[in-house]
Amino acid sequence: MTDFFYLIPLALVLGAAGLAAFLWSLKSGQYEDLEGAAERILSNEDDKPIVNGRQPNSSPETGDKSAKN
Amino acid sequence: MTCCAPSVEFADVMTDRRRAKSDEILLASRDLGEGLRQTDLSVPTIHCGGCIQKIEKTLDALPGVEQARVNLSAKRVTIRWRADGTPPPLLESLSRIGYEAHLYDAVTDSKDDTVAKLVRALAVAGFAASNIMLLSVSIWSGAEPATRDLFHWMSALIALPAVAYCGRIFFGSAWQSLRHGQTNMDVPISIGVLFAFGLSLYETLNRGPHAYFDAAITLLFFLLIGRTLDHMMREKARVAVKGLARLTARGALILQPDGTQIYLPLDEIGPGMTILLTAGERVPVDCRVLKGQSDIDCSLVSGESIPQTAGAGSLLQAGTLNLTGPLTIVATAAAKDSFLAEMIRMMEAAESGRSTYRRIADRASRLYAPVVHVAAVATFIGWVAATGDVHRALIIAIAVLIITCPCALGLAVPMVQVVAARRLFEQGIMLKDGGALERLAEVETVVFDKTGTLTLGEPRLVDGSVIDPDALGLAAAIASHSQHPYSRALVAAHRGPVCTPNSMTSVSEYPGSGLEACIGATVHRLGRPEWALADGEAPQSVPDMATIALSKNGRCLATFRLVDRLRSGVHEAVAALAVYGLAVEVLSGDREQPVRQLASALGVPHHSPVSPADKANHIASIEASGRKVLMVGDGLNDAPALVAAHASMAPASAADVGRNAADLVFLRESLLSVPQAVTVARNARRLVRENLIIAVGYNAVAMPVAILGYVTPLIAAVAMSLSSLIVVANALRLNDGHRNRRKDDSRTSNLSSRQFALEDGQ
Repeated sequence: MTDFFYLIPLALVLGAAGLAAFLWSLKSGQYEDLEGAAERILSNEDDKPIVNGRQPNSSPETGDKSAKN
Repeated sequence: MTCCAPSVEFADVMTDRRRAKSDEILLASRDLGEGLRQTDLSVPTIHCGGCIQKIEKTLDALPGVEQARVNLSAKRVTIRWRADGTPPPLLESLSRIGYEAHLYDAVTDSKDDTVAKLVRALAVAGFAASNIMLLSVSIWSGAEPATRDLFHWMSALIALPAVAYCGRIFFGSAWQSLRHGQTNMDVPISIGVLFAFGLSLYETLNRGPHAYFDAAITLLFFLLIGRTLDHMMREKARVAVKGLARLTARGALILQPDGTQIYLPLDEIGPGMTILLTAGERVPVDCRVLKGQSDIDCSLVSGESIPQTAGAGSLLQAGTLNLTGPLTIVATAAAKDSFLAEMIRMMEAAESGRSTYRRIADRASRLYAPVVHVAAVATFIGWVAATGDVHRALIIAIAVLIITCPCALGLAVPMVQVVAARRLFEQGIMLKDGGALERLAEVETVVFDKTGTLTLGEPRLVDGSVIDPDALGLAAAIASHSQHPYSRALVAAHRGPVCTPNSMTSVSEYPGSGLEACIGATVHRLGRPEWALADGEAPQSVPDMATIALSKNGRCLATFRLVDRLRSGVHEAVAALAVYGLAVEVLSGDREQPVRQLASALGVPHHSPVSPADKANHIASIEASGRKVLMVGDGLNDAPALVAAHASMAPASAADVGRNAADLVFLRESLLSVPQAVTVARNARRLVRENLIIAVGYNAVAMPVAILGYVTPLIAAVAMSLSSLIVVANALRLNDGHRNRRKDDSRTSNLSSRQFALEDGQ
């Protein structure tokens, strides 16, 4: 029985990783527009979300945009 | 005035208008620093992936726009633009590709992150609950004492941060309420969780056999599910209401003494300032007209359904809509002393006059908490007296607290309200507050406003079929040049495309009178009979029906009669409310005759004309006589009455203040929303009662078991989860019979977007 105790920290670490991933996805605004995300998968363009209060790294953004136009 | 002069004036108006719009965008935008500004637009007609691409492409291509991002779920666009120079023509570009948009006040939208906080707490609680439960299962299956102690320690390590993090939502609220000498549901919850955790920690330190970490954290997990769903549902409704077009001016174009023009926000406008008001704009503050002629739509302010003419010297109230001509006005009061501000003061007075409503859950917990806590103390005393073993007595007393911790009771009300709010949402009714649902179920009298509530505040042509179609076609062609509601009604009444005769050289609008079109050598006039027709030809005017004449060189071609259009489903709604045993009344600020006509057609008593203060007083007097009132109204003048009433509803087209004050906002045109909301509220009340009985029944069984000392952590976990699940399952019964009705719903669906995008002074 005690041989399998190593599974407990393993389970906890995996669970914590899942929790961290969820909290990160929540913070990065991935649940802001669920319907939109479902539609955007069909579009070819590579777009970035606007996260409230934070500035998306604008240099690749503007480069992308000038290429598009 | 010649035929051509007005068109020059019109061009002027358009530039002014554009100027005002872009100033308004600047005013409503948010500074992000680094020379960037952010504007949020509400675009109700976004509905698919194609819209996303089209809108983002169009806006991205505008000079100065850094990034545009559509949120399909919220039907909003966020635009970041460089702040140098004027704002990009966002609204015009969107309207060119076929999307009506209006500014969304992200600035006043105090970022409510309660939902995010609850979801984070829920995630942490879920993680902790699942892991602790796994460890607990092995303990319950009979782990050896050494393993058990190890597992207890691990559970404690997980539970300590989790309870601290997830529990503070409940602890904070419980502490607030205790400090004010009251109890709410969070008090027994907090006491139960804290005692369960404290006892378990003590047992762990002393290598005891029983720890209740799983009970403490599972309890938090279940309660957080209920609370998170509740908040999400309400947030969704609030966002939908906030996304509606604003019906008050954000600011106004001021003509300064030196002749320059400047756009000032509303609260910087003082008495004596000269304001340029274009057609289609709302009057920002109480004012007097200096120059110009126009028609003023007062329906949202006073409830009068027929537009008033305004000329030099007329006094205008803030919030009325300037329909036809540009006006130069001078402010007579600052925004804070205007009609609107007076309404807000009356609303505050009505608010303080209303008896505070205690939610069912709070009333239940006020009875429940003392019973449970007294039982726990009595158990402790009883066991000490019986056995003298203080430690054992304490453990059993705490077990009583744990098993009676109101998990099911805490879920009983919110779960029903979540399901109810969702159902209302699907029917286009936005429920902003769970307490409103309880209050709505209690009403005995329904009071309707007339203009804008029973009617749409929108004129409609009477007897369109008996009018010569050619005359109607010509009238529609002329009317298509005007924004006046009568003109729009004529255009709407004319089926098929409006074809303007080629020979029509000019159309000019004479505010207060009508339209004049030159077709070849003849002059056609469409407007007031006295103006359009040569002397002696005026037709018999029918009181309270607006009459419009179309004339050719002064000779009458046709007359059109217009009445305020009735909302659909008015008769059915009044009948349905009568079936519920509710008394119905009409209370209007409009003149007596049209109100009497409508009220007698519906067979209900009426009061009119009634001032805003008297409306609120009337509601208060009905309430004082012991009958609870549901007020349904849309105008600024209804706002105090909405607050004074026990429950209130407003249509989406209501004045902003009314929309914010009302407990429920319905987005669809049909007045059937009112009986629908009452039905849901009454069903919800029944289910809440059932749930409370189930929860109390559970406690009646569980408490004796706990008092006798037979409760182990396993029994506690199973009993608590089971009672919660039963309560949740019962709440879901509100959806019964719902699926059959869905077909009907989709037929009347989503009128809101089309209908109300038109506002905001297009």
